[in-house]
Amino acid sequence: MAFKKNRRSPLAAIIVMAAGLALTGGGYAAATAAVDAVKPVSAAYTAEQVTEGKKLFLANCASCHGKNAEGTKAAPSLIGVGAAAVEFQVDSGRMPGQASGPQLQVKKKQFTDEQVDALVAYASTLGDGPAVPTEEMIAANGNATRGGELFRINCAMCHNAVGAGGALTEGKYAPALKGVPADHIYEAMLTGPQNMPVFNDANLTPQDKKDIITYLKFVEENPSAGGYELANLGPVVEGLFTWVFILGFIIAITIWLGAKSN
Amino acid sequence: MSNAVAAPKKGGFLAGTANYLDERVGVAGILKEFGRKVFPDHWSFMLGEVALYSFLVLLLSGTFLTFFFQPSMEPVIYNGVYGPLKGAEMSIAYASTLDISFEVRGGLLMRQVHHWSALLFVAAAGLHMLRVFFTGAFRKPREINWVVGFVLFVLGMAGGFTGYSLPDDLLSGNGLRIIDGMIKGLPVIGAYTSSLLFGGEFPGEAIVARLYGLHILLVPALILVFIVIHLFMVVIHKHTHYSGPGRKDTNVVGYPLMPVYVAKAGGFFFIVFGVIMLIAATFTINPVWNYGGYDPSPVSAGTQPDWYIGWLDGALRLAPTGIEVHSGGVTWAWNILLPMIVGVGFLVVVAAYPFIEAWVTGDKREHHVLDRPRNAPTRTAIGAAGVTFYAVLWAGAGTDLIATNFKMSLNQVLTSMQILLFVAPVLAYIITKRTCLSLQRKDRSIALHGRETGRIVRLPHGEYIEVHEPLDEFEQWKLVDFKDYQPTLARPNAAGKITLRARLRAGLSRFYFEDRIAPVTQTEIEDAHHHGDHSAIENKDSH
Repeated sequence: MAFKKNRRSPLAAIIVMAAGLALTGGGYAAATAAVDAVKPVSAAYTAEQVTEGKKLFLANCASCHGKNAEGTKAAPSLIGVGAAAVEFQVDSGRMPGQASGPQLQVKKKQFTDEQVDALVAYASTLGDGPAVPTEEMIAANGNATRGGELFRINCAMCHNAVGAGGALTEGKYAPALKGVPADHIYEAMLTGPQNMPVFNDANLTPQDKKDIITYLKFVEENPSAGGYELANLGPVVEGLFTWVFILGFIIAITIWLGAKSN
Repeated sequence: MSNAVAAPKKGGFLAGTANYLDERVGVAGILKEFGRKVFPDHWSFMLGEVALYSFLVLLLSGTFLTFFFQPSMEPVIYNGVYGPLKGAEMSIAYASTLDISFEVRGGLLMRQVHHWSALLFVAAAGLHMLRVFFTGAFRKPREINWVVGFVLFVLGMAGGFTGYSLPDDLLSGNGLRIIDGMIKGLPVIGAYTSSLLFGGEFPGEAIVARLYGLHILLVPALILVFIVIHLFMVVIHKHTHYSGPGRKDTNVVGYPLMPVYVAKAGGFFFIVFGVIMLIAATFTINPVWNYGGYDPSPVSAGTQPDWYIGWLDGALRLAPTGIEVHSGGVTWAWNILLPMIVGVGFLVVVAAYPFIEAWVTGDKREHHVLDRPRNAPTRTAIGAAGVTFYAVLWAGAGTDLIATNFKMSLNQVLTSMQILLFVAPVLAYIITKRTCLSLQRKDRSIALHGRETGRIVRLPHGEYIEVHEPLDEFEQWKLVDFKDYQPTLARPNAAGKITLRARLRAGLSRFYFEDRIAPVTQTEIEDAHHHGDHSAIENKDSH
């Protein structure tokens, strides 16, 4: 009978399961929250901006992304993509997309800065997602050495060691990073636009991202010590230059030297 | 001194020195032999010189670099002036390359001089080879010198590659990794060879010092030896010349080495040196500081070798994937072996070409008058096909840059190149051969009928003719002075059998010489002139 006395309550299993689920689920949620480290940014935007943004959205984006940004067959849902993603796509001129193809092209920005802000404000109300980085987060005053190392390990295989860009499969490509504003670089890392992987804050911490920006801005602002850079495209361009210009120049000289004097 | 130059009287300084040297080392004989060597004038004869002078610049700038470069793979923390690498761990080799670039006075200039002249050295040598090929300068007695020159070209590639890998930056390390992969792709011996070369697992700690030894000692010494042999043979054979009045297989028409060519060549050396300095002072080459120290994990986009290794890299890129075979416990990585076979095969054909052509023609005569490329249509077409084949492989190394810069799909660029590798040489062959034959026909018609003047004359009976102006004899000579061959037949040997060898040779001979435009003979010229007069004067009767 001692056995019977120690019998668990019929509810015990359910309680244990509930506790387990709560623990893992809650833990996961907490971890995810820590990873994303994003706050809803509604505080940063005014209600007018959101209203204006919604209008712009309906006029320019809804035909593909759906009236409530829920997505259609033509384009993904924007719920939860975050303000950073929208600012990157719209401010860089990629969105609204002009034509479908392997990759959205950068073109002239279609909105004013105020309109972009309004769209970003609207996007931030669509659900939690990565926020637009602050001025301090993207200031190029980090550690360039560390940034260079991180860049070579994480980015150079597509973007080239100095960010000159590179080819991907089937017409896709990693664009050159020269002249790309710091906030776009940050947002691209955070949101992984198009074919780019997401480098979230657990993968590359905000400090890492700042260091990478510092490195890229250093390379961009300091011209090569060796003279004209030939687009930083490496040995292919150097070889072409040798054959066309150096050898061409020298052949012109040989023709001059070999010409019969009159 | 000045009075000696003005009037070298007996016992003057110059005469005294000359006498002193002559009595001890016989300079009079040497000068008599070499100083009177005659060299013909033509711009295309200076391409080899460009290679030679680039090599001298390489020796000079390279010596400077050895004063400061340290070929060690020991790790250090960089503490030099270049900001984005300060505090980074790297090899001593890379750190000393950075020091040469940023802290040694004139170091960056010398690095750039060295690298640009290396690219120019191989390019000029390659162009020189093409000149020799397309003008038939490799024919008897110069077959062996062609092989010596070929060895120099390969040594140039070897020198370039060993140097490319020394800075131990990310770019060169990636290049070495590809070489390591190719070596490991060799069945059975691959892994052992790689381990032997790198002193253990890639990248190890030995490779930079080993390549350094090869780069500054063995390879340049071999290049020097082969240059000496190459030039010595030029002296023995005498220089070739282009066809022209008075130019024969038994003479050389040109200016003597002393004083004309010594002055010309000396001046040309400084021009080449000057051009290299100018380029090196204004254009960046291999900005090693951008790549960071070598670390086996990252691979940068746009990693390519220097141009002269590009065709081999292209062969690797164009090779189809998924063709590995496992048999007998060995992996046959055909995607690596195939490009290596293609590369080695191409080089063997290039080296052996003079012997192949000599065998086909059976020509045992000495040739000192060069062919105009059009007058050897099949050879020229084979050369064009070879150049095209090489060029497609070469472009193959730049597929990623072609794709991004011309906004194309990388996969489509690769597929197009794979197709072009087979189709383009055939097209180049056909187009070149047809072009050569047409040019020969044009030459023939000009030689026989003179140049078209565009002047239309109406004859009294109403016929319109275009007046042709006969060539002067000098120009005529260039058009008619060439040898041609006719296809040979397979003949039975002493036993009365037609061997396979004979058949092959006859087949090749037909391939070479079946389509031919015979050179204009003297009789034909006389006939044509006669005919010309005839038709102008007694037109009615002749038709």
